[in-house]
Amino acid sequence: MKSEQKRQERIDRGIKVRSENIYALMSWRELAYLAAPRLALILGMLILPLVMPGTYWQRVISIVCIYALLALSFDFLAHFLGLVSLGGAFFTGVGGYLAAIMNTSWGLPPALTIPLATVAGACICTLVLLPCLPLRGVYFAIVTLMYPLAFARVIEALDIFGGTDGITGIDSFVNRWVEQYLVISAVLLVLFGLRRLVNLDLGLVFRAVKDNDQAVKASGMSVTRYKAIAVFIGSAMGCLSGACLVHIYMWSGISLFALDFSILPIAATVIGGAGTLAGPVLGCLILVPVSELLRAFGTLRIVFYALILMAFVVFRSEGLLVYGRRKYEQFERWTSV
Amino acid sequence: MTDPPILEVRRASKTFGGVVALGGISFQVEQGEILGIIGPNGSGKTTLVNCITGFVRLDEGEVLFRGEDISRKPPHRIADMGITRTFQIMRPYYSLPAFRNLVIPLFSPRARRTGGWRGGGLLGDRKTVSIDILEEIGFERDSQVPYKMASTLPTGYLKRLELARCLALRPEIIICDEVFSGLSMSEIASMVPLMERLQMEGITLIMIEHRLRELFRLAGRIMVLNFGAKLMEGSPAEVMASEKVKEAYFGSEEVEEVMTYA
Repeated sequence: MKSEQKRQERIDRGIKVRSENIYALMSWRELAYLAAPRLALILGMLILPLVMPGTYWQRVISIVCIYALLALSFDFLAHFLGLVSLGGAFFTGVGGYLAAIMNTSWGLPPALTIPLATVAGACICTLVLLPCLPLRGVYFAIVTLMYPLAFARVIEALDIFGGTDGITGIDSFVNRWVEQYLVISAVLLVLFGLRRLVNLDLGLVFRAVKDNDQAVKASGMSVTRYKAIAVFIGSAMGCLSGACLVHIYMWSGISLFALDFSILPIAATVIGGAGTLAGPVLGCLILVPVSELLRAFGTLRIVFYALILMAFVVFRSEGLLVYGRRKYEQFERWTSV
Repeated sequence: MTDPPILEVRRASKTFGGVVALGGISFQVEQGEILGIIGPNGSGKTTLVNCITGFVRLDEGEVLFRGEDISRKPPHRIADMGITRTFQIMRPYYSLPAFRNLVIPLFSPRARRTGGWRGGGLLGDRKTVSIDILEEIGFERDSQVPYKMASTLPTGYLKRLELARCLALRPEIIICDEVFSGLSMSEIASMVPLMERLQMEGITLIMIEHRLRELFRLAGRIMVLNFGAKLMEGSPAEVMASEKVKEAYFGSEEVEEVMTYA
């Protein structure tokens, strides 16, 4: 019996090599090849509200974008700063309640409450998280997990901000098209803005803090300061999502601090591809609709949901986007050894 | 009144649990000199570096930089004043190419303050500056080396990268924690002129070394540590002639004899 050993080898496509450092494009086809994934995402997101059947699925698209903002925030903090935050719900809650109070008590329209709640919420979140910034790894994760739980209980126990009933009578958006295109453009802007940011010099410092904070200190830079800047950016995205959410639901309550807003974005990041920024958006585009479809199964929904997640972690732990990018940028072939 | 020395350490002491790492060491460093610090393993050399640069806080004593006490400042403030260090175990940013490693120190407040119009400001051209610094420190500009990932670089280049990180801050003092260890003879030979050039540029160097031959050629003054205390201080010739130093390094004659008979 003749046994010939073979192994699979991966080679970068020429176009990838040429566009990596020197950017030498040869034709319109190559330009299209590079632009296709980006355009597919942008156009796809913009078309989505138009092709959705009925208002129910259009609402799902809005929720996808809310979670996508949270997932981007998680991915940015975890994979570019090394701050694994389990407290995404804290950002949504703070942003949501601020927007709700500004709208109902001060009578500000959504066009003002959303930007104001984003910035003010980010300031509050950064200040409150400041004492935890020297913590690293699992310790930071545990502490951030406590924040949304604590804030929800404080609101419940002191009966402030409407207590367990929440704040009702919040203005909605002018119409559903404004609502959807606002959140969609927010996701796209944040996504491409972050991709730009992490390659700036400031972004390099962020990545250096993750790699090796001792060397950053030895370079004469305060690690805590840069962590605070990054937490401000990350929490601003979370607060933005919360502020949009209360105007979508026209209601703000303790459920804004619910664990869903912390955990689902992390699951989406795992499925989409950690550290890719676009991956978490992709993950949300898959996970949120799947979770809606599973509503048909009633209480078994969580079981199926968990099974899908487990399958991804076991079989595609690198994430969809990393897998897809490899297929797109490299070709594989079998060679005899 | 004469100017205070650029760096003065007074009665520095530090204990870890019950272990005395530094037992009240005092010394001075003059502007522009090369001070060598030697001593057997565990004699407190690296702890001394950590204490001067603020990574470890002294229990007692003080560190004066041009007469100003810096012993209670955090590490980034001390580096900002111009006292930089290399790490014995190299700490590059492994996931970045070599030249982008230098963008980080060049982004620091000190580098932006001192870098002039080319490196300064929020949008300064830090990539060009970093390639210039790398060339100065021995990365061939026209080769692939400055563009390689730090994780793929050999030890010799990583040691140079450590030095380059210090140089990016335009430092007044560089404290080198064993930059020669782990290098081949030819690599060390090419590093020695580099250190001489740094001294000529007016940078004060404190070198912790186990490579005594090269250190004695470079340093004007040597301090010997043993068990966290200063054993002696003097010119390289004096240190080489000293019986106490030999004893600290090789153990006393009696002990040797006991060992051979046992």
